[in-house]
This record gives sequence, structure tokens and C-alpha cells, in this order.
Amino acid sequence: MKKSYSRVIRYAHWFNVPLLSIMMWSGVLIYWAHQAYYKLPSYLVEIFKISYRLAEGMSWHFFTMWFYSINGIIYLTYFFYTKRWRMIFPNKQSMRELIPFLIHNSSYEGIYNPAQRIAYTGAIFLNILAVISGLAIYKPVQLGILCTLLGGYESARLVHFLCLNGLGIFILIHIIQVIRAGWKNFRLMITGEEIEIKK
Amino acid sequence: MKLRNSLIIGILFTTGFIGIFLGIRSATRDQGTSNILRRSYLFNEKIWSMVQSTERLSVNKPLPPPTKEPRVNGMLGLKTDLELKNYKIKIDQPKKSLTLQVEDFKLIPKTDYSTDFRCIEGWSEELHYAGARFSDFMEKYDLGKKPDGSFYQYVGLETPDGLYYVSIDMESMLHPQTVIAYEMNQHPLSLNNGAPIRLVIPIKYGIKSLKRIGRIFFSDSRPRDYWAERGYDWYSGL
Repeated sequence: MKKSYSRVIRYAHWFNVPLLSIMMWSGVLIYWAHQAYYKLPSYLVEIFKISYRLAEGMSWHFFTMWFYSINGIIYLTYFFYTKRWRMIFPNKQSMRELIPFLIHNSSYEGIYNPAQRIAYTGAIFLNILAVISGLAIYKPVQLGILCTLLGGYESARLVHFLCLNGLGIFILIHIIQVIRAGWKNFRLMITGEEIEIKK
Repeated sequence: MKLRNSLIIGILFTTGFIGIFLGIRSATRDQGTSNILRRSYLFNEKIWSMVQSTERLSVNKPLPPPTKEPRVNGMLGLKTDLELKNYKIKIDQPKKSLTLQVEDFKLIPKTDYSTDFRCIEGWSEELHYAGARFSDFMEKYDLGKKPDGSFYQYVGLETPDGLYYVSIDMESMLHPQTVIAYEMNQHPLSLNNGAPIRLVIPIKYGIKSLKRIGRIFFSDSRPRDYWAERGYDWYSGL
């Protein structure tokens, strides 16, 4: 089986790195204006100088959101158009293989292992939910319907905050796993070359 | 070969991105923020003011208990002593000006709403408020219109000491939920919540709901706005 990343996937991936970083950084600056979200350890607040930067956070957030969303739409269009989702979304078989894979590292069908399928699907879902809940709290009157669907303004704000946390956790695990998988695997996302996967 | 080319692209990409980020940060300031980010605020404003409709209301919420004092967040413009006895509200527009008293607003049919009131800092609470709908007030005193019948584009409001001031687009001021309020949660306004009379505009963040109105004016050039001067979005529409 061959594994490679097409140009669209690679560019969308690497554009998403700075765009999502800015969205998350400016998002923290915004949430930090509200006491209920004072949850970060204080040394992090000191290092990143997070306090009293609401205006700065908002101006970056509502500027970058366009580029972040457009990049996401391009990726998703490609993702569904080329039926890439078939190798990423979990299916019956991958769910069956999940436990044996996690315990015995047993073999699995397809390019991505059952845990990867869940993680990547989760990351895609969180990005979409972040945009939807973000719109809901950005314009809670004009887009009131989104707010209502998410259980009201406060709950939509919480959903958006949980997306931020979920993506943070995903990115952390993702980076660790990429380092563990080694340079050869990492190269794929840079060059787009093909490799044969041996199992 | 492929790797080398990719790495060159990667390095260009990274430096390009850092360059853009630093460039935006260090661009000329426009009212407390980078002028590029200010322009992006204005771009968003253009889009959302097209979407906004006077028919779309901030959803009704159950009446909060009358014992609940609405949350007080800012005291800007409220630091001088309040003289209720001779309290006057100055109203002006080109070629017209009048002076009103709080009682004059109470003569306008009372409008009340109960809905979410949202602060730009992120908190929100259910608020009941009552007073004169701003569009009723404009109609009664024949304000806000130019000789050709079109509306002035902006409304400016200031506290009596002039230390807090906001400006709002006419379309939002004509929204039915935009009210010059003298009651909140079924009680007369408290001192800290803007007695004797304040603006409540739930389709904007709370920063626009100016307390203790001393002056209302109509203009075609955008009047100054306290928080917009400090890096916030002037439009702040919800």
C-alpha cells in the first residue's frame, strides 16, 4: 500500500499551522477577559503576557478567521471530492481493530491505524465545530439560530472554549506521535513523495 | 532533490509568515490598533451591517427577578456628582438643538424588553429594561432626518462630563430593542447603572450602552467613540 500526501493536503496542512496558532493564541487573549475562564496556570499567563489584551485578541481573531475558514473550506472540499474521508473516518472494521491494535499493536486494514482514524476525524470535527460555535458567539443576534442550536450564548461560548482545548490536546499528541514516527514519515508531509507501507 | 526544493519552499513559507505577522503588528497605528487590523474591522462591519435587519431581535428571555441588581461593570463618565434636580439632556443636530428633561422621555409610550445583555469581556446576563424606544423619541421630536428626508448616518452619545462617549450607526439605533431606559429589572436606574437615564442596545456589546446620558447628537461624520479609540471594533454589533 502506498502512502503520500497530495499538494492540496500539504499546503492546507502547513497553512493551517500558523492560522490555527493565531486563532488559538488570540482566542486565549479574548477568553482571558472573562474571569470564569481564568484557568491557565499563572506562569503561563506571565510568559505569554495574556492579561488585559482583549482588544488585541479580538482584532487578530476577526482578521485571521477569514483565512483560517477559507483554508478549511478548501481542505474539506478536496477531502470529500477525492473521497479521502474513506481512509480517515472510522468504520466498522477499524472500530473492531481498535482495541487489539492499542493492546497488541496488531495489524489493521488501510493506511491509517484505528487510533489515527479517530484522532484525525476528531480534529476535523473540532475545527468545524470551532467555526460554527465561533460564528454563534461572534453574532449571537444575527446568527441567533446557531446560538440556540448550541444551547444558548453561554453554552456556545463554552463549546467554543472546549474546541480550543480539544485542538490543543490533539496538537500535543500529534506532535509527539510525529516525532516518534521519525523523519521518514515526517518527510511525506513536506515533499509529497510516495512510500510503500510494509506491514 | 525533491526534499531540497520542499525545504526551500518551507523556509520561504516560514519567513514569509513571520514577516506578515510582524509587519501587521508594527504597521502604523489607527486608533489603538494596527491599521491593517483596523481595516479588517471595517471590512467585517461592512458585511455584518448588510446582514443586520431591524426585524431580527435579540431573543426574549424570562423576566429576571426584580430583586436582582443588574451587573455593574464600568464607572466611566459617572465619577462626578449627579445633580438630579436640574438634570438636562442636550439634543442636537445640524441646525437644530433642544434641551430635554428626564420627564420628557417618560411621556413617550413605554417600551420594555427582557433579553440577554452581553459584555465584550465575555459575560452576559438576562436583563429587563424599560423606557422610550429610540425611534419613537426620534419621531416625536422630529430628529435624525436631513431636509431631504434621509437619516443622518450616526448617533453620538456622551455623559454629562464628556468623559465617556460612544457613537452608533443609525440602522442599529432604529432597531426596535434600542431604548433610552429609565428602568432596569423593574426598578428605577441605580446610580451605578446610569441614573437617571441611559441607553440600552442589546444588539451591540455593552460598551455601547452608555450610562447617564448628557448629550445625544446626530451627524454624518462618525463621532468619536471611547473604546474604538482604544483598539476595539467600532461597530461591535452582535
